Amino acid sequence: MILLEEVWRTFQVGEAEVGALKGISLAIRRGDHVALVGPSGSGKSTLLHILGCLDRPTRGRYLFEERDTGSLSELERSALRQSRIGFVFQFFHLLSRLTAAGNVELPMMFAGVAPEERRTRAQEALRSVGLAHRAKHRPDQLSGGERQRVAIARAVVMGPSLLLADEPTGNLDRASSREVMELLERMNADGLTLVVVTHDPDIARRARRVIRLSDGTMEEEAP
Amino acid sequence: MRFLDLARFVAGALTGHRLRSALSALGVAIGVAAVVLLTSLGEGTRQYIVSQFSQFGTSLIGISPGKVKTFGVPGVFGGTTHQLTLYDADSLEHLPGIQKVVPVVFGQARVEAGGLGRDVYIYGVTHDASAAWKFPVAEGSFLPEMDPDRRASLCVLGPKLAREIFQGTSPLGKRVRIGGAGFLVVGVMEPKGQFVGFDLDDSAYIPVASAMDLFNLTELNEIDVLAASTGAIPGVVEEVRSVLTARHRGNDDFTITTQTEMLDVFGRVMDIITAAVSAIAGISLLVGAIGILTIMWISVNERTAEIGLLRALGLTRQGVERLFLLESALLAGAGGLLGLLCGLGLGAILTAALPGLPFKTSAGAAVAAVAMSLLVGLASGWFPARRASGLDPVEALRAE
Ligand SMILES: Nc1ncnc2c1ncn2[C@@H]1O[C@H](COP(=O)(O)OP(=O)(O)O)[C@@H](O)[C@H]1O
Ligand SMILES: [Mg+2]
Repeated sequence: MILLEEVWRTFQVGEAEVGALKGISLAIRRGDHVALVGPSGSGKSTLLHILGCLDRPTRGRYLFEERDTGSLSELERSALRQSRIGFVFQFFHLLSRLTAAGNVELPMMFAGVAPEERRTRAQEALRSVGLAHRAKHRPDQLSGGERQRVAIARAVVMGPSLLLADEPTGNLDRASSREVMELLERMNADGLTLVVVTHDPDIARRARRVIRLSDGTMEEEAP
Repeated sequence: MRFLDLARFVAGALTGHRLRSALSALGVAIGVAAVVLLTSLGEGTRQYIVSQFSQFGTSLIGISPGKVKTFGVPGVFGGTTHQLTLYDADSLEHLPGIQKVVPVVFGQARVEAGGLGRDVYIYGVTHDASAAWKFPVAEGSFLPEMDPDRRASLCVLGPKLAREIFQGTSPLGKRVRIGGAGFLVVGVMEPKGQFVGFDLDDSAYIPVASAMDLFNLTELNEIDVLAASTGAIPGVVEEVRSVLTARHRGNDDFTITTQTEMLDVFGRVMDIITAAVSAIAGISLLVGAIGILTIMWISVNERTAEIGLLRALGLTRQGVERLFLLESALLAGAGGLLGLLCGLGLGAILTAALPGLPFKTSAGAAVAAVAMSLLVGLASGWFPARRASGLDPVEALRAE
């Protein structure tokens, strides 16, 4: 489902070129659960952004669902992000002026889904993360763990095949972290491909594959 | 993305910053209110002038001595060898398309009766003046039909003059002295009001030959010609020109003014004034636009992380651009609507306080004001919207 071939990503910082990814080759099968680990600045987020079609490799090929993303237009990549790929971030990125349901409805709104259908699907997504009773609450009335679960509901409401999570538990206490990870694992068990960036060895251990990045290069750890 | 959803989303973003949004909309509102007020005053003045002139009817043609190239007061530039005479007026009587010909002289003189007196305008005219000028008689009759070169000691008084010197009693059959000579009052005019500042009711009408004696004139100040219809005016103007030119030994030394021409000139003058006034009002609108631009710019910078998120959720660059364009159009449009209401409200208050104030808002101007504010919104939102849509989503997500 995902195939990276010799992917490089370099950034121009003043005169110098900084290599964030240096020749990453990686294949991820449908339904896989992959943990990305490694020290800060090793390129985990950069790799995740490329996988999510938010960023593009400087060099190399990235095939998503058998399509070469290098040849896709900006519009086509937006369409992929809209319907095939879900994102979860460390800092939740909920819009504070919208309710939980309103936040979950956002991607459906961009996709032009009719309001009544949006409401029922958002309600369903919130129920699947155990927050049906919080639909009318605004983010500032929710705990960190609840906020992240709303963000997860938003990420999966369009029925994507790939879920990318960048340190989803980085801002949560132990209990909330476990809840969030259990939720993600349950979705993975239902067939969703999951790539999680994490610093937590306990969380990494639960993944089927662990990929360690260091200074832009990768090595896969034996299971 | 559906437009209604877009609009609701944008409205939500705006009401999230209630005070800020209200203040920047207020900037546009003030501009639009100024535009509405000033253009309404302009339009009111235009309509006032049109009504002033059309009270004489549009078929009236004025002929004055002297050649005036541009619009102005005919005759003041002098130097003419030929003046207009009673014979000139007489020569126009039977031209085709002409209904009435009125020779006119005027001047100021004192009208006295029974110890009371007033200095007023005296018009020397003929019987036809009442019909040609559409000045009806209230009491008695107008000057009788007679040869224009005959003198007669008869006069007709304007209602105000009659009231002032006869103190409410009927002046019919009474004698007055005008410039020292005795006249018999045969009629009193109906009230006519003012004509661009002249009080038409505070005047008297006497036979033209008597007036020429009174003011020691040998020529006329003006000849008024009433065309049979507005359509006949161009033909009449040509006829009059050729007859008078022939009589004046080939000199085209007189000026023919038609009502439509006068209205045209006034219309053009008013257009210029309206344009100038609109430009001034437009400057305040520009200030409002800068306010919107500033707020939108700040808003894009504050909401960088939000923009990154929206892109991650699949909103296109174009979608982001539309979001911010609509936001600023909505802001300015709301300001425009508020400004229109304030302008109309202020106008209503002004006209209630000063009833004479010419104030007319045309529906077109109202629609244009709101449309203009929407345009202002789109124009001032364009730059911030471009910036928002140009943001790199990864960079944007990093902000926060
Ligand atoms: N926009 C950028 N400009 C310059 N350098 C960048 C940019 N984004 C990332 N980097 C660099 O790339 C490297 C990898 O960054 P990142 O993927 O965020 O690391 P991680 O998520 O593993 O902490 C870092 O050295 C970082 O400084
Ligand atoms: Mg990172």
